Amino acid sequence: MLGVIYALVATGFTLFFGVMDVIKFSHGDVVMLGAFTALATYAAASGAGITHPALLLAFMLAAALGVMALLGALMARVLVLPLRGAPAINVLLITLMAGTAIRESVRLFYPQGSNPKPFPRLLPEGAFEAGGFTLRYDSLILLGLGLAAIAATGLLLERTRLGLAIRAVAQDPETAAVMGIPFRATVLATFALGSALAALAGVVNGLYYSEVNFGVGLLLGAIGFSSAVVGGLGSVWGAVLGAMVFAALQTAGALVVPGGSAYRDVFAFGAVIALMTWRPAGLLAERSAERV
Amino acid sequence: MPVAAWPALAAVAIGAGLAAALLLVHHKAAVLAVLAVGAALLVVAQRTRAGERAAASAAAHPRLVPVAVAACGLGLVMLLREDNFALLMLCTVALQTLAALGLHLQFGYAGVANFAGAAFLGVGAYTAAVLGGHLPSVLVLVTGAGLAALAGLLLALPLLRTRGHYAALITIAFGLLLRTFLEVNDTLGGPQGLKVPGFTLGGLAFNDAIVFDEDTEWSFYVPYAVLALALLGATHVLVRRLERSWIGLALDAVRVDETAAAAFGVNGGAWKIAAFCVGNALCGLAGALLAMVTGFVAPPSFAFGDSLVLVSIVILGGIGNPLGLLPAAFLVVVLPEKLQGLQEYRFLLFAVLVILVLRLRPGGLLPRRLRRWPGLP
Repeated sequence: MLGVIYALVATGFTLFFGVMDVIKFSHGDVVMLGAFTALATYAAASGAGITHPALLLAFMLAAALGVMALLGALMARVLVLPLRGAPAINVLLITLMAGTAIRESVRLFYPQGSNPKPFPRLLPEGAFEAGGFTLRYDSLILLGLGLAAIAATGLLLERTRLGLAIRAVAQDPETAAVMGIPFRATVLATFALGSALAALAGVVNGLYYSEVNFGVGLLLGAIGFSSAVVGGLGSVWGAVLGAMVFAALQTAGALVVPGGSAYRDVFAFGAVIALMTWRPAGLLAERSAERV
Repeated sequence: MPVAAWPALAAVAIGAGLAAALLLVHHKAAVLAVLAVGAALLVVAQRTRAGERAAASAAAHPRLVPVAVAACGLGLVMLLREDNFALLMLCTVALQTLAALGLHLQFGYAGVANFAGAAFLGVGAYTAAVLGGHLPSVLVLVTGAGLAALAGLLLALPLLRTRGHYAALITIAFGLLLRTFLEVNDTLGGPQGLKVPGFTLGGLAFNDAIVFDEDTEWSFYVPYAVLALALLGATHVLVRRLERSWIGLALDAVRVDETAAAAFGVNGGAWKIAAFCVGNALCGLAGALLAMVTGFVAPPSFAFGDSLVLVSIVILGGIGNPLGLLPAAFLVVVLPEKLQGLQEYRFLLFAVLVILVLRLRPGGLLPRRLRRWPGLP
């Protein structure tokens, strides 16, 4: 379950890195903002008298995904594209700061934004038992939703014209432009796609924990980034693999390390550093050659 | 042709004056006015080449200028001798600049980005908390620096094997790891943190106010401020010397093109790790003294956001120019405290400020100049 949320976030990182060779560090905060947008939509929609949970959820998803897609494209337009050719560290820093700006804005301007917010339970309650395991229906639905989104992204990249354009730009922007692929539009579309996935991750995260908090983005962003890097930047399946590895590491850390679950993040990040030392370019490394 | 000394002295005096004004004024409008004057001076200095003249004159008088700077620093401390809060801010600025100098050594010269600066500050600070009272204070500072360097050495192998974004992840992961570790570790105080004993030197306890007679009493921050400024000054001279030496040249070569540097026999990996360790030691040193000044350490002071603040000081100041760090640190530390109403909004404001600087002035406030060899035309 955790793995699916991480995978949604990590896919965004890997998409951005693919087309622009940049790390967009505000991604975790986009996840958080997506959850808050959904929350605001929920308040507005239930205020308007809508009570059917499925309808409410549809509205929330539509609003969160739509708004975040727009925001992602906007950030690409204002912050990332103008810095093309600047040192990578500048892009990293500018997006980190944009993330901080988003986080602080939510904390300051959302009504009581500094407190954790209860996220409405909209999925059917209950659970079914299968041989000693208890599975909650809502977890199952969220799992399906997340996996479907990742599979759809994979299909989009591999089967559609847009996906072809994204992959072409990722491989070589200049040649792609010569072939008639609009560079800017493709980049903007990629950022919109990645940010919509982030919004979905935010909503899934909120539904799963029944709570959102303005600070959730930082850790989720760092975890998503770690997952994408462990898997190998630039590869969607690498991101998914990395996310699963990270979730497994956290769980293993909680089980194996004495002192229990408190140290699970210490263990997981330590393991990430060790993994990076072992395979510096990720598990599924993109093949690269450097010309001197 | 001899170059006059006054442009450099004037620049030093103006800088000290601005710093004093910023520390002394309380009203919001006055703070903004001081900032406006500073910005205007910067623009004028650029348009009229006054900045270049000041730099040339400073280069021509290598003995005089440091003395003038030291005098100004001491004067500033004396001016504020009874103002606890202003002195605390001065200490913080000096120590943040010291830590930023460390980062600058890593990033500006060797090209190693460190997103865990606050974590290394934390190593120094917790060293001071645990060892303070058991060892002489000077030794505690040295141990703090040493342990921070040692902690950085753990990352040496991962950093050498990775590059670019992957290397950035290593330091980010380390920063998050250390902070979580401090938070859950009960022997180190957990989330509540630890108390830190003050600095003592030859029987003088820095934490006691200096009382001359009934009317004259200096703040206990005075010796701390002097010590912090002295450390900063010494380190600055050291870093400057390093930059001008063949070591600085080797670091520059490694940053610009490691492969080409290797072709000329420069061992890139060794230099990167050396710069990384020295930089972390400076962070640890600053952290240890900062912990003694505030008397208290807790995990939230060493979060990822604080590492970002350090990185922003380096970027804002102008990458590769140690001189720019001080004004940048002043802006970053003092401004939020002064604009009290904005305290809530400081991270937001600050994020927007850095975004604007990156968009409009990508080289930072005072960008690095090209190397000039004495004797060349």
